[in-house]
Amino acid sequence: MARTISYQQAIGEALDQEMARDETVVIMGEDVAGGAGAPGEDDAWGGVLGVTKGLYGKYGDRVMDTPITESAFIGAAVGAATAGLRPVAELMFIDFMGVCFDQIFNQAAKFRYMFGGKAETPVVIRTMYGAGFRAAAQHSQCLYPVFTHIPGLKVVTPATPYDAKGLLIQSIRDNDPVIFCEHKALYTIEGDVPEEAYAIPFGEANVTREGDDVSIVTLGRMVHVAEEAAVALEKDGVSCEIVDLRTTSPMDEDTIIETVENTGRLVVLDESNPRCSIATDVSALVSQEAFSALKAPIRMVTAPHVPVPFADNLEDLYIPDSGQVQQAVRTVMGKD
Amino acid sequence: MQISKDELLRAYRMMKSIREFEERLHVEFATGEIPGFVHLYAGEEASATGICMHLDDRDKIASNHRGHGHSIAKGCDIDAMMAEIYGKATGLCAGKGGSMHIADLGKGMMGANGIVGGGPPLVCGAALAAKQLGTGGVAVAFFGDGASNQGTTMESLNLASVWSLPAIFVVENNGYAEATSSKYSVSCDDAADRASAFNMPGVVVDGHDFFAVYEAAGEAVRRAREDSAPTLIEVKINRYYGHFEGDAQTYRGKDEVKILRETKDCLDKFREKVTSASLLEASELDGVDADVAKIIDNSVDRAKAADKPPVDELLTDVYISY
Amino acid sequence: MSDSIRALCMPKWGLSMKEGTVAAWLMEEGDEISPGDEVLDVETEKISSAVESPDSGILRRLVAEEGETLSVGAILGVLADADASDADIDAFVEDFQANYVPPADDEEDAGAATETVEVGGRTIRYLKRGEDGVPVVLVHGFGGDLNNWLFNHEALAAKRAVYALDLPGHGASAKDVGEGGVAALAETVAGFMEALNIDKAHLVGHSLGGAIVLKVALNLPGKVASLALIGSAGLGADINDSYLSGFISAERRKDLKPHVEKLFSDPALVTRQLINDLLAFKRIDGVQAALETIQGAFAPGGSQALVMRDEIEKLEIPIMVVWGSGDQIIPASHAEGLPGSVRVEVMAGQGHMVQMEAASEINKLIDDLIG
Repeated sequence: MARTISYQQAIGEALDQEMARDETVVIMGEDVAGGAGAPGEDDAWGGVLGVTKGLYGKYGDRVMDTPITESAFIGAAVGAATAGLRPVAELMFIDFMGVCFDQIFNQAAKFRYMFGGKAETPVVIRTMYGAGFRAAAQHSQCLYPVFTHIPGLKVVTPATPYDAKGLLIQSIRDNDPVIFCEHKALYTIEGDVPEEAYAIPFGEANVTREGDDVSIVTLGRMVHVAEEAAVALEKDGVSCEIVDLRTTSPMDEDTIIETVENTGRLVVLDESNPRCSIATDVSALVSQEAFSALKAPIRMVTAPHVPVPFADNLEDLYIPDSGQVQQAVRTVMGKD
Repeated sequence: MQISKDELLRAYRMMKSIREFEERLHVEFATGEIPGFVHLYAGEEASATGICMHLDDRDKIASNHRGHGHSIAKGCDIDAMMAEIYGKATGLCAGKGGSMHIADLGKGMMGANGIVGGGPPLVCGAALAAKQLGTGGVAVAFFGDGASNQGTTMESLNLASVWSLPAIFVVENNGYAEATSSKYSVSCDDAADRASAFNMPGVVVDGHDFFAVYEAAGEAVRRAREDSAPTLIEVKINRYYGHFEGDAQTYRGKDEVKILRETKDCLDKFREKVTSASLLEASELDGVDADVAKIIDNSVDRAKAADKPPVDELLTDVYISY
Repeated sequence: MSDSIRALCMPKWGLSMKEGTVAAWLMEEGDEISPGDEVLDVETEKISSAVESPDSGILRRLVAEEGETLSVGAILGVLADADASDADIDAFVEDFQANYVPPADDEEDAGAATETVEVGGRTIRYLKRGEDGVPVVLVHGFGGDLNNWLFNHEALAAKRAVYALDLPGHGASAKDVGEGGVAALAETVAGFMEALNIDKAHLVGHSLGGAIVLKVALNLPGKVASLALIGSAGLGADINDSYLSGFISAERRKDLKPHVEKLFSDPALVTRQLINDLLAFKRIDGVQAALETIQGAFAPGGSQALVMRDEIEKLEIPIMVVWGSGDQIIPASHAEGLPGSVRVEVMAGQGHMVQMEAASEINKLIDDLIG
């Protein structure tokens, strides 16, 4: 039965249900419980934003707090995955990937290929991304394009509570390394989520809104920004189709091509920085595979090529908004 | 300590196999037929052997770029290893990994590693899995003096300690990290000095003496298996060849290697010890020598004759499913 | 002033519908309308369908415009007799709109939430609407749920209590289907009635649900007041097995869509949302196994295992069999050759989901049957 819960609760529920189902699923990360070795409460935090709260109480030593040593514990998660566990490690902020990236992109991602098809590395790395919290340059980035670039990794970017639970369950059951990206600004959004466990396959985009005039291909928090823009544009008689990619690796190329063949106009909306982003990736794909369907050049709406600023007025300018999306739509419609 | 005759022969065979394998590679690599880079372990055999003699199928090791010795010691198939180094389809990794990425997870060999310091975190993971799944297994990280400085290594020592993992960290200190002396780059006299900073025992052993390594390793394995606690072993050792094949080794002293081969060779020392104590006959050791030579010879012939991987292998095994 | 002026309003299809968009008017001002005629197409988030006229009369005014989105209950058009004056109609519309209160955003229909009951160790979800009288129990078919009755439930509940349940393996009921065949599922339906103290009910079953309610009636004749079997299983061996297999095995929208389209006479009714909802159902843990078990027990080797056609004459209750002539899942020929006491309606041009596509007519037929 479905009921209304938050994105954050949906993630916690996915972890709980999978840990109950399979005792080889373990969690590790900084403060995933919190309070280790300290005189006060155990499970003091349950994750920096409370996503894993309560799991320590249920699963004890399968929920492991780590020292602040990403290389060691992300690497441990990877090594443990090759040795019979199914670890879900938390890289607290995607911005921290710099201190453990080798274990992810040179080790986990490449074992299957380098070792001639014999390795299985069923590790999930959950990580928070995205701007909007005034957390500034080193805690606000959208670095999923960097992971998407690496052969051997799968990259998941849910936009709704329903998708978050189903895609995390799929990630845990998947036998390849998965980077599960959670937008911190989405933690409190609510939606209908079944109580039962369910798994959503990777590589399936979701058309969240059907339309005929222009396609907006997007992901993560930007799906909601696209929706806002679409509602405004509807009043001007422009009908937008919104495609939520859900996973960037594998990416649902068929649905992207299909929507462009349907509308002939494409706006790609991506909160990450513009160079080598998902926006450029999708644009190149469409240019190559659906050029003749295009009635106008593709427009990309992204953050600027700058680090995330601190001052609130500047950060608000940094994050793509509904106004920018509407402007891009008008441009591809030839209505600017 | 008591080692059975069978075990002694097994140890000798293991070291001799490594030596022959590496010496032969030295010769073959010079012909230009072997692609990429190789990093030879000749001279260091007693380290891999002394430690891996204590391990079984439950146990896992992670290695570094100088990984052939660890692979052989852990039981990887010699023919498949040679074929892998030649980049052939019959290789241990189907020709897709090469010397630096030789692995056989089925034998608990988690891989040679092209990244200095790449192994220790993985070993923490394997040790964690052994502990959580109750297998009784231990995990051993082999790395060099260069890697002993890496952040990943330090983090792993710390993690193994705070999580009480059945892990063994083996610093094979051959005095050189690429072309730089450990005297320059390692801030303490013995890498083992760092162990106490991570609240674990640090043991220094002479890596030319199989028995010394064997004894220290025995205690570390016991401590891991029985107490679920880590140990750092520093094996003082020497490599006969360069960092990589093709390295002119101009950074080493004149006759440095010649003197090592004459005075400190671990195979000579082993032979001397076991024959003078009448534990084994010279002829038995000679018999192993002849046998191993044939095996290595065959492995090279087979590797040369084998096919390269079929071209559609380019795109396979990136994922299990996509 | 004419009494004949009536409002045609935005219907409420299912519990969650709050508003609908007028997609297209199918009739023009001045057209004469009979009950059941499709007057306009309405699109909601979840489904598109036609609004059927409940009444006869002349469509005197189109109030809502194409493309307009209106809340449930809002006035769409006006039906009246020819003699009603335009001024009266204007006044009627004005009056209606002045007094119309759209449902609040968070308002739930009083008592219109689904509930659960334990039946034989399984949780069964159901929805009850209406009160009193001899209740009706609606039983959906393979791969469906209680929302399959979305165009029928409220209408039938005007005069009595109507229950719609999710069979085991479906909707929000437990996913354990036991042996999974018609007999086992019939036991659950009988158990459901007992758990809710329903001593006697009119049973309405669609597709597999038809075979199930027929089996209940054969097992417990004293508990069944009448039977309405719609596109029903259990009356012949033929079944579109490739539909069953295809529905089960499809993992992606592209694979599922062609199978779901076979259910309807108008494939345009198969909206993206409908497919999404079916995929969401199929992805729940246990559903795959449940559907496979049911297929294996219900139609082993591609033929229906339990054919009860010859036992119908044992039943002494009113029985109606309704089919769409173009049913692609279970052939309409199964409606032929039944005992003369059985009322048979084969609706031209309709498909398997006739209770949805010809809802008004179906509702009337059922109302007539049960009286």
